[in-house]
Amino acid sequence: MVRLALRLDRVRLSVWVLIIGVLPATTAAQYLDLYPTREALEQVTGVISNPSLVAINGPLFAAGSIGALTAWKILVTEIILVGLMAILTVIRHSRTEEETGRLELLSAGVLGRYAPLTAALLTAGVASVGAGLVATLGLLGTDQPAAGAVALGAAIALSGLFFAAVAAVAAQLTESARSATAIAVSVLGAAYLLRAVGDAGPTWASWVSPVGWAMRLRAFADEQWWTLALLAALATIAVGAAYLLNGRRDLGAGLVPQRPGPAQAEPALRSPFALAWRLHRGLLIGWLIGMAVWGGVLGGSAKGIGDAKLDNAKIADLLSRLGGSAAIVDAYLGAVLGITGLVVAAYTVQATLRLRGEEAAGRLEPLLATRTRRVQWALSHLAFAVVGTALLLAVAGAAGGLAYGSQIGDVGGQTWALLGAALVQAPAAWVLAGIGAALFGLAPRFAGLTWAALVLCLLVLEIGEILGLSQWIVDASPFAHVPKLPGAAFTAAPLLWLTVAAAGLATAGLTAFRRRDIG
Amino acid sequence: MNDAIAVSGLTKSFGATRALDGVDLTVRTGEVHGFLGPNGAGKSTTIRVLLGLLKADSGTATLLGGDPWRDAADLHRRLAYVPGDVNLWPNLSGGEVIDLLGRLRGGLDPQRRATLLERFDLDPTKKGRTYSKGNRQKVALVAALASDVELLILDEPTSGLDPLMEATFRACINEERDNGRTVLLSSHILSEVEALCDRVSIIRSGKVVDTGTLAEMRHLSRTAITAELAAPAELAALPGVHDVVAEGNRVSFDVDNDQLDAVMRALAQAGVRSLTSQPPTLEELFLRHYTDDLVTT
Repeated sequence: MVRLALRLDRVRLSVWVLIIGVLPATTAAQYLDLYPTREALEQVTGVISNPSLVAINGPLFAAGSIGALTAWKILVTEIILVGLMAILTVIRHSRTEEETGRLELLSAGVLGRYAPLTAALLTAGVASVGAGLVATLGLLGTDQPAAGAVALGAAIALSGLFFAAVAAVAAQLTESARSATAIAVSVLGAAYLLRAVGDAGPTWASWVSPVGWAMRLRAFADEQWWTLALLAALATIAVGAAYLLNGRRDLGAGLVPQRPGPAQAEPALRSPFALAWRLHRGLLIGWLIGMAVWGGVLGGSAKGIGDAKLDNAKIADLLSRLGGSAAIVDAYLGAVLGITGLVVAAYTVQATLRLRGEEAAGRLEPLLATRTRRVQWALSHLAFAVVGTALLLAVAGAAGGLAYGSQIGDVGGQTWALLGAALVQAPAAWVLAGIGAALFGLAPRFAGLTWAALVLCLLVLEIGEILGLSQWIVDASPFAHVPKLPGAAFTAAPLLWLTVAAAGLATAGLTAFRRRDIG
Repeated sequence: MNDAIAVSGLTKSFGATRALDGVDLTVRTGEVHGFLGPNGAGKSTTIRVLLGLLKADSGTATLLGGDPWRDAADLHRRLAYVPGDVNLWPNLSGGEVIDLLGRLRGGLDPQRRATLLERFDLDPTKKGRTYSKGNRQKVALVAALASDVELLILDEPTSGLDPLMEATFRACINEERDNGRTVLLSSHILSEVEALCDRVSIIRSGKVVDTGTLAEMRHLSRTAITAELAAPAELAALPGVHDVVAEGNRVSFDVDNDQLDAVMRALAQAGVRSLTSQPPTLEELFLRHYTDDLVTT
């Protein structure tokens, strides 16, 4: 069964493992290039110790070491990526299989009741360890200290194992794969946020976060190996719990029982748009809450940036690479809003791909057999991708402005300023909705590639300029064209072009969708 | 306009697979039409072309006097469709789905909705993801039957229902016929079509191989006869007689209906003690059409 899972996933997992595995070595190689002397390295440290960067990436554990700098830059990203990989893999091979009834088919054969869970965990485990191994080998290839390289790889592998275990528990709790994924990803998000809060302020918060433990292995900076034991112990407990829960429930059932719904539909539920609202409601509300918290945390940490000093050209250069140009706070806010744009784009993609999800699940067919028109149906979902994206950005920006403004005594001004600054990201995110809609219309089987487009945008923003990628690759990301507000000057032209591009892609997709077969 | 559905020469390929290879199908207004064929014969594909979900490669199709591809949304006001594999939104209750689908068609009769829920013994408060296959099918059936429409297109609607519910379903379809609605019922269950349908079209490998009333089709088939005779009779040599099994004076065989007269005379000469004859079941019609290759070789 593990072999079946690995076979089904061989392309998907290989891509994950490769991206996760190769990132640390490429980052280290670029740092070697960028900071050839110890002196240059130590200068960077001054910038990195400011609270906002610490909140985003964690603390730098040792000055003057390429390895430690690499770990600082990349480990959090790696943990999030490996965590997502593990969660998606486990849920896909346990709860999704069960929900769709495929598992019933297999369980009727010669399979133990724990076999599917074991297979899902093993598959995710193999992928996590593989990713860690590739990362270690890559770092060794750039002549980094062996202990640090092993530590970084181990932190990645164990983080993957831990979140695989979390997902295994989540898969037992609910009947739907979607809610199980939501639970597990929330745990990942909460662990990240706790670590961010803890690293910027009260240290204890980092110490209750599994992400914090993986960071405090201190790769390349006097490794504290025992934190691995913490992760391993908690992962083991979670796996045990998952098996225990698995043994106590029926196939297909969850531990959280289903509540009955209304016997009749509300009078308002009478149009494709009303149905789309029902389907998108939960997702959007969850994201709104998340973005309000996210904006508040990032805005709240902005004031601390003002204390950092800009005393050296190299550092100014680094900061400008991180996204801004003018005043340091503005640069910081511009940078975090840029990240916010990408985070919100994940919602955009999710909402857009609902189109394909509904079609693939066979729920589009009965709707189109009513007087619902194809384009009308598609627009009702795209409306949520478009308006929801703007709404989420506005909430994140306003929450950030509120938190920052209340610290510097300018609530009104900052709220509106950051709300606007966040909203300029919307056209870039809409381009992803356009890509999704175009794929949905023209090549529905490949609609999932929209996620690949988002990951590329993320990689370009996170490491593109540090890696010194060619300009045309950077320019391919819609997010590269957004003015870096609030620091930079506002220019409407790129926003207009992005919006036109998004609308053009969507129109192409919908035109094709009107003409193609359903199913 | 007498025909609710008129299809001729319909073809549709998926890649290298030819799913429809020139389908002709006529459903008259007010009749219950059986659309019979094994899995993969092209029943669902034909239906999905009729619903404008698939675009045919060639051939013509008319649905309620309109073009199923071009006028899809307007035509769909006047019909209700139950897919073979019903998928519901996991977070919507059955009742919500019934109301939504009804409202998205021409409207819903609340009285009829309540009666149908009771007859099909369906709990409308359960969420979509908790229904079994049969119950999902019931949700779609109630939504379709309670809708105010002229034409019902049902794609293997009973494949998940238990025998009791099948009886309820049959009663409902007979009421629909009495109310003057047209029904296209695809099925691979012969007894169902036999019990419900005025006319039948048999589809095989993307082609309609036979169409007509059951009475017309019986001409093409045989009668099964079992008889006890006074003296042995040499029957196997007669034209149109098949599969003779003789045990002493007891004999059973199949006979082509157009040869029945001659065979009866032969039996009478031998002296008939007892005789039972059965009209062919659709099962047999069906077997003949789908075992052609076996019979001819």
